[in-house]
Amino acid sequence: MKKRLLSLSLAALMAASMTACGGSSSSSSETTAAAAEAATEAAGDDSAEAAEEPAAEGGAFKIGVIGPLTGAAAAYGVGVANGADLAVKEINAAGGINGYQVELNSQDDEHDPEKSVNAYNTLKDWGAQMIVGSVTSKPCIAVVAETSADNMFQITPSGSAVECISGDNAFRVCFSDPSQGKASAQYIGENGLATKVGIIYDSSTEYSSGIREAFVTEAANQGLEIVADEAFTADSATDFSVQLDKMNEAGAELVFLPIYYQEASIILKQASDKEFAPIFFGVDGMDGILTVDNFDTSLAEGVMLLTPFSTTEEGSLQFTEDYVAAYGEEPNQFAADSYDAIYAIKAAAEQAGVTPDMSYSDICDALKVAMTEISIDGLTGDNMTWDASGETGKAPKAVKIVDGVYEMQ
Amino acid sequence: MIQTGLISSLLKGLLVPLCTYAILAVSLNLTVGILGELSLGHAGFMCVGAFSGAFFTNVMADAIPGTGVRLFLALLIGAAVAGIFGVLIGIPVLRLKGDYLAIVTLAFGEIIKNLINTMYVGVDAGGLHFSIKDTTSLGLDETGVVIIKGPQGITGTPKAATFTIGILVLLITVFIVLNLINSRSGRAIMAIRDNRIAAESIGIPVTRFKLMAFSISAALAGAAGVLYAHNLSSLAATTNNFGYNKSIAILVFVVLGGLGSVRGSIIAAVILTLLPELLRGLNDYRMLIYAIVLIVMMI
Repeated sequence: MKKRLLSLSLAALMAASMTACGGSSSSSSETTAAAAEAATEAAGDDSAEAAEEPAAEGGAFKIGVIGPLTGAAAAYGVGVANGADLAVKEINAAGGINGYQVELNSQDDEHDPEKSVNAYNTLKDWGAQMIVGSVTSKPCIAVVAETSADNMFQITPSGSAVECISGDNAFRVCFSDPSQGKASAQYIGENGLATKVGIIYDSSTEYSSGIREAFVTEAANQGLEIVADEAFTADSATDFSVQLDKMNEAGAELVFLPIYYQEASIILKQASDKEFAPIFFGVDGMDGILTVDNFDTSLAEGVMLLTPFSTTEEGSLQFTEDYVAAYGEEPNQFAADSYDAIYAIKAAAEQAGVTPDMSYSDICDALKVAMTEISIDGLTGDNMTWDASGETGKAPKAVKIVDGVYEMQ
Repeated sequence: MIQTGLISSLLKGLLVPLCTYAILAVSLNLTVGILGELSLGHAGFMCVGAFSGAFFTNVMADAIPGTGVRLFLALLIGAAVAGIFGVLIGIPVLRLKGDYLAIVTLAFGEIIKNLINTMYVGVDAGGLHFSIKDTTSLGLDETGVVIIKGPQGITGTPKAATFTIGILVLLITVFIVLNLINSRSGRAIMAIRDNRIAAESIGIPVTRFKLMAFSISAALAGAAGVLYAHNLSSLAATTNNFGYNKSIAILVFVVLGGLGSVRGSIIAAVILTLLPELLRGLNDYRMLIYAIVLIVMMI
């Protein structure tokens, strides 16, 4: 029995060492070296303290990425993995963090909390010292419980639910759902865009319902009147005529759409067919509306959205160009968030002066403090700072679509 | 062995899920292998158990401080609630046979998942509040805590499930199922499976025994759900974890392990849960290889 379990655990270690081979999409020389290193580690200290004190051999920082690389949410996970990969390549080319190279390992979680914890454990076996992830909210909540028990440093690029950063070891790059809803209501109220507001939201995702709830609460403070509040679910996301008719009858001057861009593109099309033309106001999920296939971008003319990132903005032109050259597609906001997450780790690691031979728990203690002291100019915001709760202090940017491109407000 | 570090973190993290899936496979085997009825709603019962258990644990967080005691009670409650659902669903559904039963149980699983996704339940000094609209319409006072948040599910359940508890529940499950199979009732159930008319003609109350097997199977699935809920801090009813995908995955464990074989179910559940994790090294090809391995094993 004991022998069998031993051979099983050896098999698991083997598997962990093999992942190092293909972790990044391009097998550069460092990653092959990493594979060899991890393999010797797996062979060498399997009997001693493989689980407790991994990666004690100094040489390179090991950053693990967790995200959905397959399945329905794969677009987000692949964006994050690529964004992190690009940032790590740049950092390594420029001499690394504190003079040490960085290794990256991306693990798939299929947008499932259980798989996400498995992915985290796999990364721990690999010897990860910092975690970038998880990409989506529910898996992130499950992983953060594990990392805070282990005291492993974690920064999520895009886990926006409040509980995603419940441990003091966890930070995030994106806005939380409530802060987006609140910021949207404040922006509408302060700029006097409208007083009668309608909302169409997706009640089956926590992202959409979380933003909507905060928006409704803040709208009352801003003197906005919610004249219509209509929900749909993932199963009924193809026809919005009923919701739009109700908005129209109630006389909504502005329709708030805290939803993803696929549904938003249908809403815009149907609204224009009905000749119903309020101001449409979206949040970061609306980012990408101009890239929808077969969508007439003139319909999106005048749409406003709060977004942290746009590919046409001056600061992100270089990033967009490099990203397209490396991966053959336009970067989305998730890629930008993860790119910033890696640079935040770099800045904090330099501030704290950590080295790869420290244990992940010591690194976490040092980075926790350093994160609150740094300020970086990233793709998704200038002067990004973090407080001890892990929330970022960047201001949301509002853009308006004019002539098919984003125009900063 | 955990102390000496012989087990990798991945395997350590998988111990409780392995127990959970083994329990699910054994309990479904009772319905499919012993009773001979095809049920595609097993994940639905798991879902009921998971949510009632996690709900109890969170509501009683202040009243009962010890997580071990709470988990024990949650296991009982989860199993009981799932068992009651088993009886409720079983009474009308077990009149159906074969494909029809499969379709109705499939629908049950989906209905449970969607119902939970619309439910908002909070608790404050005044008691429980319930809504199917949103959290603001719960009308909680300042001491209130929202426990089930619709599509966001239940978050913050303590990670109380350990391998010891998991293996204990698995042993109890195996004990119950094996004893049932070898008892007078078990022989009656198998008689119904082999020839319903002959069984009826010698005076076996068909409905009672069918209902008994079905609800025991549901209750055990509920206990597995409680384990699942206490192993992850975020619990939400999605297609992946409580939808028909999961029901079919459990059915695959049972079929692969052999209908009616308890030992086979456990081994199949363990292998098929471990396999995709151990294949992580192959990256994008792992899903492909997993599928091929499944087909080869079936043949």
